[in-house]
Amino acid sequence: MANWLNDVVRPKIRAALRRETPDHLWKKCPACGQMVFHRELADNLHVCTHCGHHMRIGPEARFDLLLEPGYTLVDPPEVQADPLKFRDERRYTDRLKSARTKTGQSDAVAVAYGTMDGLGVVIAVQNFAFMGGSMGLAAGEALVNAATKAVDHGVPLIAVTAAGGARMQEGILSLMQMPRTTVAVEMLRDAGLPYIVVLTDPTTGGVTASFAMLGDIQIAEPGALIGFAGPRVIEQTIRERLPEGFQRAEYLLAHGMIDAVVPRKAMKATLVRMISLLTNRRATPAALAAPGPAAANGSTPPAR
Amino acid sequence: MVSFLDFEKPIAELEAKVKELRAMPGAAGASIDDELARLEGKTDLLLRQTYARLTPWQKTLVARHQNRPRFGDYVAQLVTDFVPLSGDRAFADDQAILGGMGRLKGRPVMIIGHEKGNDTASRIRHNFGMAKPEGYRKAMRLMALADRFQLPVITLIDTPGAYPGVDAEARGQSEAIARSTETCLRLGVPLVAVIVGEGGSGGAVALAAGNRVMMLEHAVYSVISPEGCASILWQTAEKAQDAAAALKLTAQDLIKLGVIDQVIPEPMGGAQRDPKAAIASVGYAVSSALDELAGQGAAALRAGRRQKFLDIGRLPLTA
Ligand SMILES: [Zn+2]
Repeated sequence: MANWLNDVVRPKIRAALRRETPDHLWKKCPACGQMVFHRELADNLHVCTHCGHHMRIGPEARFDLLLEPGYTLVDPPEVQADPLKFRDERRYTDRLKSARTKTGQSDAVAVAYGTMDGLGVVIAVQNFAFMGGSMGLAAGEALVNAATKAVDHGVPLIAVTAAGGARMQEGILSLMQMPRTTVAVEMLRDAGLPYIVVLTDPTTGGVTASFAMLGDIQIAEPGALIGFAGPRVIEQTIRERLPEGFQRAEYLLAHGMIDAVVPRKAMKATLVRMISLLTNRRATPAALAAPGPAAANGSTPPAR
Repeated sequence: MVSFLDFEKPIAELEAKVKELRAMPGAAGASIDDELARLEGKTDLLLRQTYARLTPWQKTLVARHQNRPRFGDYVAQLVTDFVPLSGDRAFADDQAILGGMGRLKGRPVMIIGHEKGNDTASRIRHNFGMAKPEGYRKAMRLMALADRFQLPVITLIDTPGAYPGVDAEARGQSEAIARSTETCLRLGVPLVAVIVGEGGSGGAVALAAGNRVMMLEHAVYSVISPEGCASILWQTAEKAQDAAAALKLTAQDLIKLGVIDQVIPEPMGGAQRDPKAAIASVGYAVSSALDELAGQGAAALRAGRRQKFLDIGRLPLTA
C-alpha cells in the first residue's frame, strides 16, 4: 500500500497539482529527519527550516527563484529519440515516458531566458528528477541551444547542474555530450560572455567532467555532493571508508576546486553581483544592497 | 607467447597440436608434412571465422588483451628522435599518461597516450592506465607546448577509465578531465586521436576530442564498462554480454553512429597476435590523416573540430 502510494499515486498527484500542492502536506527532511510543512518549506526555498539542508528542486522552482516573472522558456530541441534502440529490462522509450510523466518535462535540461534584477541571462537547469539528470542527445542539445541563445542575445549563461551518472541508454552518444557541451562553453568564451556554474546536489560523473567544471566562476550550494566518481565506486576501489564531508561543496571549497559556497537564499544576489561586475553593467540598486557572498561565507554548512 | 582468451580455446588447442607435431623427434616426411599443413589450414580458418564474427563482449575482451601493443611499443616502433616529457609542473608525473615529442615519418609531432604496462610490475606502476588529475594536466601541458610550436598532436587512448580514488577527487579529477577536453577543442594544430584498446568513458574523451578520431578494428569505446552498465541496469554484472551489445561500443557500431571517422584494420586474430603489424597500420593511418590536415590553419582546425562534435548525433543515424 505504502509503495503503491509512493510509486503510483504520489507522482500522478504531483504531476497534476504541481503548482498547487496542498498546504497541509509535510515533507521529511532527508538530512535531519524532521518534518517540515510544505508551505513553510516552499517559503524557505526548499531549505530545511531545522537544519539548513538544501533539498533538490526542479527547473521551474529554480527559474522562479532566479529570474524575474515573465521569463521565456526555450523550446526543447528536436532530437532522435532512442538512437540505439536500447533495451535492458525495460525499453528506453518506456523509461523516458515515465520520466516525462513524473517531471512534466521533455528531458533533463530545461532552458529559460529572462532577467535577473534587470540583467539579461540565459539559465540552463539540469533536473535530477529526470533520469538522474543524465545527459543524452536532448539534454546536450538543450545546453548547446542555451549557449547559442546567450551568444545571440549577448548575455551570460548560468548552468545549474545536477546529475548522478550517464544516460547509458544512449551509450556513446551520451559520452559525446562531454565534448559537445564543452564546445558550448567555448562559444561563450569566444563571445567574451560570462559562464557561471551553480553546482547543486548531486553533481557527479561526465557532467562534472565537462561543462559543470568549466565555469568562469564556480559556485556550489551548501552540502552538495560534487565529484567525478560516485562515493560508492570509490569505496569499492579503495576498500575503505571515505573521509567525513568528502566530495561535499565545503570540501571542494577547501581543496580549491570552487570559488564559493552560497546558500540558496543569497544565490540570486550573488549571481547578479558577479554578472554586474564581469560585464560592468548596473543592476537595480535593491539587488546590490541584498546580502551577497560575504554574508554567505559566514554561514555554517548544514550537518549531514 | 600470446595468451589466449576463453573463446579462443579451440584455436589454442589446434595451435598446440601443430606445435607438438613440429617438436616430435624426426618430424619430417611426407605424412607429417601433410598433417601439419592440414592442421595449420584448419587453425587459420578457425581464427578467421572467429575474428570475423566477434561479439561485442568478445571485442571487449580482445580490446583489454594483455598482449596488445602499449604506448611504449607504438613510440618505439613509429617515432624517431623521441624525447619523453614529464610532469604537470604542479604535483607529480603520472605514469598512466605518457608523452613526448619526436618524428613520425620525419614530421615533428607531440604524442600522448595512456600506458597500461605489459607485466605485473609495470601495470602497477602505470596504474593500469587509469590516470589521475596530474596525468590529464601533463597532457594539457604537452598539448599547449605543441600548439605553441606548431607540432601536430597524436593521442593513443587505452584506459579502463580515469582513476576513481580519494586523492584523485581531492585534486580535482573532474576539472582536470574537463580542461583536458577543452584543451583538445581549442588546439590550433591538428589532433589525431586513436583508440587502440579500451576507450573508457571520460578518462578517454579527455584525450579524444580530435579532428580525426580513429579506432583499431577490435577496440571499444564506451560511456561505461559493460560490467558497470549491467550491474546498474540489469542489477547483475553477469549480464555484461547483453550490456556490451546494447551499448554499441565496437568500432563497427561507432563508425555507423558517426562518432568515429575511421576503423584501422588489425592483423588476423587481433593486434595481440602481431603487434608490429598493428602498430604499422596505426602509423600509416595517423600519418595519412596528418597529411590531409596539414594545409589547414589554426582557425579552420579549431572550427572544424568543434563542428565535427556538434554534428554528432544530429546526423541521421543508421545503427
Ligand atoms: Zn533538516
